[in-house]
Amino acid sequence: MLWLLLTGLGGTGASLAVPLVVQRVVDGPVVRGDTRGLLMLGALALFFGVVEALLIFIRRWTHAAAAVGLEAAIRDDLYAHLQKLPVSFHDRWQSGQLLSRATSDLGVIRRFLSFGLIYLVVNTITYVTVIAMLIRLYWPLGLVAAASAVPLFIFARQFAQSYLQCSRALQEQQGDVATLAEETALGLRTIRSYGRGRFMAGRFAAEIGELRDIAVDKAALLSRASAKFDLVPNLTLAVVLVAGSIAVADGQLTIGRLVAFASLQLLLVWPIESLGWIIANGQESMTAADRVYEVMDTAPAVQDRPYARVVEPGPGRIVFHDVHFRYPGTTQEVLRGVDLEVRPGETLAIVGLTGSGKTSLVSLVPRLYDATSGHITLDGTDLRDIRLDCLRGLVGVAFEDPVLFSMSVRENITLGAPGATDAQIAEALAVAQAGYVYDLPWGLDTRVGEQGLSLSGGQRQRLALARAVLARPRVLVLDDPLSALDVHTEALVDEALARVLKGTTALIVVHRPSTIALADRVALIEGGRIAAVGTHSDLMATMPAYRAVLAAETAPAQGS
Amino acid sequence: MTADKTWRGRAVEEDAERAAAEVTDARALLRLRTRSRLLLGRMLHPHRRMLGVAVALLLLQNAAGMAGPFLVMLIIDRGITPLAERGDPALLLTLGAVFLVAAITEYATKRGFLLLSARIGQSVLFALRQRVYDTFQRLSVGFHERYTSGRMVARLTSDMDSIAELFDGGINDLVLAGFSVISVAGILLWLDVPLALVTLLSFPFLLLLSRWFAHASSLAYRRGREAVALLIVWFGESLGGIRAVHAFRREPRNQEIFAGINDDNRRATLHAYRLIAIYSPAIKLIGNVTIAVVLTYGGWQVMRGHIELGVLAAFLLYLRRFFEPMQELSQFYNALQSATAALEKLAAVLDEKPAVPEPERAYPMPAGRPAGRVALRDVEFAYRPGKVVLPALDVDIAGGQTVALVGATGAGKSTIAKLVGRFYDPTSGTVRLDGVDLRDLTDAQLRRAVVMVTQENHIFSGTVADNIRFGRPDATDEEVRAAAATIGADDFISGLPDGYDTDVHRRGGRLSAGQRQLVAFARAFLADPAVLILDEATSSLDVPSERLVQRALRTILADRTALVIAHRLSTVEIADRVLVLDEGRVVEDGPPAALIHSGGRYATLHQQWRDSLI
Repeated sequence: MLWLLLTGLGGTGASLAVPLVVQRVVDGPVVRGDTRGLLMLGALALFFGVVEALLIFIRRWTHAAAAVGLEAAIRDDLYAHLQKLPVSFHDRWQSGQLLSRATSDLGVIRRFLSFGLIYLVVNTITYVTVIAMLIRLYWPLGLVAAASAVPLFIFARQFAQSYLQCSRALQEQQGDVATLAEETALGLRTIRSYGRGRFMAGRFAAEIGELRDIAVDKAALLSRASAKFDLVPNLTLAVVLVAGSIAVADGQLTIGRLVAFASLQLLLVWPIESLGWIIANGQESMTAADRVYEVMDTAPAVQDRPYARVVEPGPGRIVFHDVHFRYPGTTQEVLRGVDLEVRPGETLAIVGLTGSGKTSLVSLVPRLYDATSGHITLDGTDLRDIRLDCLRGLVGVAFEDPVLFSMSVRENITLGAPGATDAQIAEALAVAQAGYVYDLPWGLDTRVGEQGLSLSGGQRQRLALARAVLARPRVLVLDDPLSALDVHTEALVDEALARVLKGTTALIVVHRPSTIALADRVALIEGGRIAAVGTHSDLMATMPAYRAVLAAETAPAQGS
Repeated sequence: MTADKTWRGRAVEEDAERAAAEVTDARALLRLRTRSRLLLGRMLHPHRRMLGVAVALLLLQNAAGMAGPFLVMLIIDRGITPLAERGDPALLLTLGAVFLVAAITEYATKRGFLLLSARIGQSVLFALRQRVYDTFQRLSVGFHERYTSGRMVARLTSDMDSIAELFDGGINDLVLAGFSVISVAGILLWLDVPLALVTLLSFPFLLLLSRWFAHASSLAYRRGREAVALLIVWFGESLGGIRAVHAFRREPRNQEIFAGINDDNRRATLHAYRLIAIYSPAIKLIGNVTIAVVLTYGGWQVMRGHIELGVLAAFLLYLRRFFEPMQELSQFYNALQSATAALEKLAAVLDEKPAVPEPERAYPMPAGRPAGRVALRDVEFAYRPGKVVLPALDVDIAGGQTVALVGATGAGKSTIAKLVGRFYDPTSGTVRLDGVDLRDLTDAQLRRAVVMVTQENHIFSGTVADNIRFGRPDATDEEVRAAAATIGADDFISGLPDGYDTDVHRRGGRLSAGQRQLVAFARAFLADPAVLILDEATSSLDVPSERLVQRALRTILADRTALVIAHRLSTVEIADRVLVLDEGRVVEDGPPAALIHSGGRYATLHQQWRDSLI
């Protein structure tokens, strides 16, 4: 900031020095025919010229690094914070709104810091200095000129307020456009297969039409304010000139002073004129910063308690104590008092109808969400008293929707175990029957995910399963991880998985009878409560509801 | 490009985009540049009259502004004397009034110009966004698989931002600065030709400098566009998969990767900023040096009596006004370079030819519902040259028939589905609907007839009803409910907090995988196509839901052609006919019951599946 001021003032000084030198040249050596003096002063003009350019260069060069660096630093912080925010936050927020904060909004802030702020500082200094000089020169007119600050101030306030709303609206709309753009990109196949291109184009046109309208409204505000900021100094100048002329005629003011007064006042035109633009820029970056801090100020709902600690891997007993859960922002409970014990080393299958709360239940174990009330313990310790990174190290997870990132196969598999050796990777791949990856063009180095090779649903599920078992976690949470596998492959995976599950505590959400064989016991979940726990054969024999959920050839399901 | 990039892994298409960003050979650069400038010209063309009005307003505003100092001079020189000597304020007041008129003119023209130029700029942006969006929609699925969603988002957001910046101050800078440079140049020539020629000596330097800047900055901005695109891609993808990130404690590594990408972007931006930090003062330097040279040379000429002192004084004053607007021109040039880099990316998208193009003329399909006869004739297909998935396939499906495709992963089942849904065109051979080559049907004709439900149907943000209605946007609420009820989804939807109006959240995150499939099913049923393709559409359903869907399918599929792909053979059982595929060839073909008895591959598969049930 100091640099900015020094180089700014230095540059201005040097630029003012050049006309002075010119005047000296004309008054001195040229009149006297002094060639040496002319060359000397010519060299001086050159010197000031070079100094001016150099100072501008230094200012811009150093300032660029600062502004761009700050933008990058905030973006890093924003991303770090977003990573900390829980899944429920990301469920609710439109991704385009987050994206526009990380790109457009931060760009606005950067531009204000690199251009607007400099002018704000330099112009304020110029304004105050000139007004002081005017008052010194002839105070009655000086006060008139100073009084022009009052309408300026009023206009500026009005403008700032209305512009604030408009710029906020524009940024929100940019976020909506980004959201729809992303939605279109992700849903492209669906849009294509229903031939809804025109329908989506209509929605997009409506969004960008609104964006255009807000932008034009914003420009209208700016145009009105800018024109006013132009009008005020000019009107003041007119008043000062007429009044000054009268004063000169009365003999209260010399004509030379009036000339000086008027030319000084002309210096005020640009700083005031640029005010509209600077305020606009400032307001924009203010709303942009607001938007960024809206996210930054959201406290992560799932986080370490002050005394959370690291626990040693124990036997792996998981107990749910009267666990209730509803998704943040909703009123309906998904889990309504779950009491359940998973014994050390046991594989417990969770069975229930679609929407009965199975996925919600298992999501609580790695604390992707926290229970609304009640608590869950791992080897007697409340999950919330275990450090998050420790807990998530103990628990391995595979979801039904396998998330693959645009990275190498190796990076995707070692997501939770960065140090894994090739042998460990091979073992995990063998369990998940995912050996196909070795046949990919570059083996483990092949990029998969959206930007890489596209894999089938089953291939992706197997990769995600390999990822979950790789770290040899104490507790495995598998959410219907084999749904996209064909019968033959599933049988092979089941066989290999059975070996892994020996000695590992596991919670497996199961839709298919074929996977049940892996489980020691089964819990039937109905309407957010555990309806029954027992072995598969027991439940088959005693619970009609259980039979209805699992068996292919029985009577229709009773209710739901 | 410092950070370690091995995590990205290797891909077949080593980013063509990136290659274009780093391209340095003169011809390719020129082509890119011309293409983007042409695009800008085309976009501005419809607004040329308004643009003319805006420029006129701007010049008028400038003239009114210029009148200020002149009027000040008049007031002081002429206005005061009559007042002081004769007590006659008439001239002073008249001049004051003229000043007032000038000020108000400036106010009005400025307001008008700013508003008009914003309208033009925003209209251009609107049209550009729309064109790019429409082009993306037209391009094939194959293109999008290469291009990726993040890049598409980058094109539609961040690239547009940098073009908007050009419009924000661009016209103003260009017209005013250009105008004053040209007019001052005229005055300089009129004042003194030899001194003006000395001034002209600065031009080669300005030109060289600008050429260097143009070259260096276009590379920097190009790299910047690409860096931003990568940033957007990573941002969207890594936060989209936040569940996995959390579950596997991936945060530190992701932060590291993001920091690397962010740093690349920072470097690219900084590089561009530094270039303008050199360019702009360097122009200043050339101006200042020229002033010093003219000062010395002119002073010498005055001493020799070749020119008058007054001329030199005026010349030097104007010289400053000649070089000052050059700063603004350099700002404009910078904004233009930045926008050009973005326009290059957009022009490349707009130039892309759809691999699955619309026919020039729609084939006159008979009115009413197509019969739904599907025929694949001698179809060869490869996603990539040399990797043939379907060597030569001949399949005829009668209207109304339900055909199940069975086979191992990679046998070509989904490929056939995608060809019938015309996500791709066959490499050779034809796919026909009711005897008409799909390539002769418009997209609207085709999509009314053929709908595809896959394992990963996209659920859009919005309500459940919105998502079902996507199948037929003009459907009433009752029809939406009826569709959901038919496939057995009404129960769970009614159980949601707001029923059909429940917000499903981003990518349907509020629903379970099975529920999402049911919604997708209802959507397809509502669309009521003649040909329905189900590619693993029931994989996430639990047994009771699947049973309901199964039962519904018997009614749904009764009067339409269906292509069913499923690992769970329960869905296959309702088929009239099963095709067993192996490496892109049909190895068994017949009704399921017959195949089971024949003891072939299907019989084996069927037995395995029976064993997996209880």
